[in-house]
Amino acid sequence: MHHTTSHENHALHDFREESFSNTIFGFWLYLMTDCLLFATLFCTFAVLHSQTANGPTSVQIFDLKLVFTETLILLLSSFTSGLALLASLKNKKSQMFLWLGLSFILGAMFVSIELFEFNSLIFEGASFQRSAFLSSYFTLVGTHGLHVSFGLLFLAVLIVQLIVCGITVETFRRLVLFNMFWHFLDLVWIFIFTFVYLMGVV
Amino acid sequence: MHGEPILEKLQKEWHGTLNAYLIGFFLSLFLTSLSFYLVINHSFEGSTLIYALIGLGVLQAIGQLIFFLHIGQEKKPHFGVIALAFTVLILLIVMIGSIWIMHDLNKRVMNMPKMNMETTK
Repeated sequence: MHHTTSHENHALHDFREESFSNTIFGFWLYLMTDCLLFATLFCTFAVLHSQTANGPTSVQIFDLKLVFTETLILLLSSFTSGLALLASLKNKKSQMFLWLGLSFILGAMFVSIELFEFNSLIFEGASFQRSAFLSSYFTLVGTHGLHVSFGLLFLAVLIVQLIVCGITVETFRRLVLFNMFWHFLDLVWIFIFTFVYLMGVV
Repeated sequence: MHGEPILEKLQKEWHGTLNAYLIGFFLSLFLTSLSFYLVINHSFEGSTLIYALIGLGVLQAIGQLIFFLHIGQEKKPHFGVIALAFTVLILLIVMIGSIWIMHDLNKRVMNMPKMNMETTK
């Protein structure tokens, strides 16, 4: 009797462990398809960036210092979410909440700066309706911004779950997934910063 | 709490270390600042600067893949790496292909009026 239950426990144990690694791999595949989405938007931008229809060009409208600040904020947010994961490995809950809260604040700052930037561009008459260049620019950067906004929602829900349930197999798994998502968005931003902003000014 | 032993095992097997995150962070910080500095100071001319920026960007991406996303550090059949390699392949085909085609098309279409004028002469 005792033998069978321990055997069943063992099978359940294996199953839960396998489902953990399968979920992580599945999420990784989702991120890879997201790569393709961003790649097509990058292509569109690359093809259209000189089609300004006598409107403002990239050199005239990009504020590099603001974008550089944005880049640093997102990088720092990515780093602090990694630190939160490290704290969760050692069950240091208050440390984990500190880093997660910091990641959230930095992510929210990033989105706010981006919205401010979009707002001032539209106010200056460089809206997405002005030219093919601006349409592709707003689509590419806006899609990234939308991803970050959904990441913030993900993080907010995760923080609530961690407060209510503590660190369990399920919440730990979600924390790992969130980390992957957040690091991935930082990775995409490197290319936006390099190809859109820096090269747009060169 | 029957979830605990699994959780402990998963936590123990997870491959992130503080050193990896620190290296990843400072590497990214350095490379980002360097590309920003190059553009602000106009350190190089035209295409040299473009190649330098692409190089720095790719280097930072690889650094983040290793130190933040822990690519290739999972258990043996490295399906994550295989998926990434395949994605990069598709990405290169799609990106280089479409930019090449569109660039070529653009050049040909732009030459059209001139060619017409020559033929009408």
